[in-house]
Amino acid sequence: MGDLLRRCLMKRTDPDAPQKRRRGAAVALWGVMALLVLWALFNLRAIGDAFVQFHAFLAYRFIRRALIVGMLVSLCASLLGVTLVLKRYSMIGDGLSHVGFGALTVAMALGFVTSEGLPAFLPQGLRGAVARLCAGIAANPLPFTLVIVVVCAFLLLRISEHSRMRGDSAIALISTSALAVGVIVTSMTSGMNVDVYNYMFGSILAMSTSDVYVSVTLSAVVLVLFALFYPRIFAVTFDEMFARATGVRAGGYNMLIALLTAMTVVVGMRMMGTLLISSLIIFPALSSMRLFSSFRAVTISSAIISVACFALGMLLSCVYSLPTGAGIVAINLVVFIAFSAIDATR
Amino acid sequence: MALIAIQDVTIAFEGTVAVDRVSFEVARGDYLVIVGENGSGKSTLMRAMLGLVKPRSGRIVYGDGLEKNRIGYLPQQTAAQRDFPASVEEVVLSGCVNRMGTRFFYNRADREKALGNMKLLDVERLRKKSYRTLSGGQQQRALLARALCATDAMLLLDEPVTGLDPNAAAEFYEVIRSLNRDHGVTVVMVSHDLSGAMRDAGKVLVMNRGMDFFGSLEDYRTRFAEGMVKGHG
Repeated sequence: MGDLLRRCLMKRTDPDAPQKRRRGAAVALWGVMALLVLWALFNLRAIGDAFVQFHAFLAYRFIRRALIVGMLVSLCASLLGVTLVLKRYSMIGDGLSHVGFGALTVAMALGFVTSEGLPAFLPQGLRGAVARLCAGIAANPLPFTLVIVVVCAFLLLRISEHSRMRGDSAIALISTSALAVGVIVTSMTSGMNVDVYNYMFGSILAMSTSDVYVSVTLSAVVLVLFALFYPRIFAVTFDEMFARATGVRAGGYNMLIALLTAMTVVVGMRMMGTLLISSLIIFPALSSMRLFSSFRAVTISSAIISVACFALGMLLSCVYSLPTGAGIVAINLVVFIAFSAIDATR
Repeated sequence: MALIAIQDVTIAFEGTVAVDRVSFEVARGDYLVIVGENGSGKSTLMRAMLGLVKPRSGRIVYGDGLEKNRIGYLPQQTAAQRDFPASVEEVVLSGCVNRMGTRFFYNRADREKALGNMKLLDVERLRKKSYRTLSGGQQQRALLARALCATDAMLLLDEPVTGLDPNAAAEFYEVIRSLNRDHGVTVVMVSHDLSGAMRDAGKVLVMNRGMDFFGSLEDYRTRFAEGMVKGHG
């Protein structure tokens, strides 16, 4: 009786409000899922055909190459993504990709440097050497880009740790500046051409044999380091203060993670596109966090989701000739919605 | 010999002095409560005791078998932790990282230690539960179990009852008292909650950049009953 009275008195604040909101979210999310499933059911034959066609595509070497590089990069990105998202550093991936774009366009622009174009007071030999170096960078821009992005990764980390400026604003500052530099350099040299478009939105044609070697090495390094330092990475991610107090070199692990992220971003950027590569880092971790409640489960699930979404996105991209990056993000979004729907109905 | 001796320590950030010429000692079995207003340097002092902040002058000496990395620390919770996907077991086990040395993974002894501390703090039945679904009191107990994995001798607690409801806070103090009395764990606690924190304290340190007072609880009570210092009652 007293309980009833209290309820009547407190009618204005609805105690079930959070639950109702949750129910609303569940209905909406399941609605989207139902539509998707319905669409899939009506297009079963088309989906089957798509898989058959994709199988045919796998005969091409460049497709196989892209698939290998992409799956390995997705794997690295998802593992790093778990700690980055949990440490509230997800924007670092985004910032780094923009820096990567700037660096790539500068590298390409260096191809326009000729020994005649350099200041005349420099000795002839030096001019020749500089011109050759620039031509070399333009022909193989990956190492140059990698160096620039790694340097920026260190910079971003230092800024977000030590500066009075808030971390997210600092990242926005650096990433937009890099993008602006990229756009200016491009318009002054080659103009907005297909290459620049590909850097922005990605292309599966971009992967060369050397990319395969780089990505295999990179993912081996990431996997081994992540496995070996797993307990310490957890400690630093969960509670950096405590980890430092117990003698874990948290700064070192942050640097290591930023370094590996920089490498992953550079390798994956040209396939996924500058504007979309950070989704590989963020989406799998966020989706997994909807469903799983232990760090280990989230990590494993992120890795699986990431690789699976990449493969499916690649299929979309090949069969329907969509941009690869966009296809992969779309698949990741569907997984995120599905996991959110399940989470909301629990 | 003292577990930890603070000798004339001054800490400054960008020209502002946060802790000014503080000296005191913590002996084995002590229960010390550090009180003071916001910005009085009590948390900074605690971070210096953990080696997280370098003093500008003075020394912090660890003795009686205590190593700097072997102090159990209970930091203030961060916003990121509240929705962190980790099981209680994973959190508690992460207290063992300072015992790993050059090992890469936890061994059986680490796991047993974690299990023992989970039992001690009554979070063992929650071990598979997610940290983010626990109540505030349960979260603090899990973090305390983690801190105990990192130490056998000394706990440093930074505002441990902030955000706990009165019942949970009382329970938490009960746990700390039992750790101090029955298990011989030395306790140093920074607190805002004077009445609660001081009930079990043996010694009190009043910070106000410098030291306003350091001594036993009885001395503190007589002094403040006479109203010699305002604003710390």
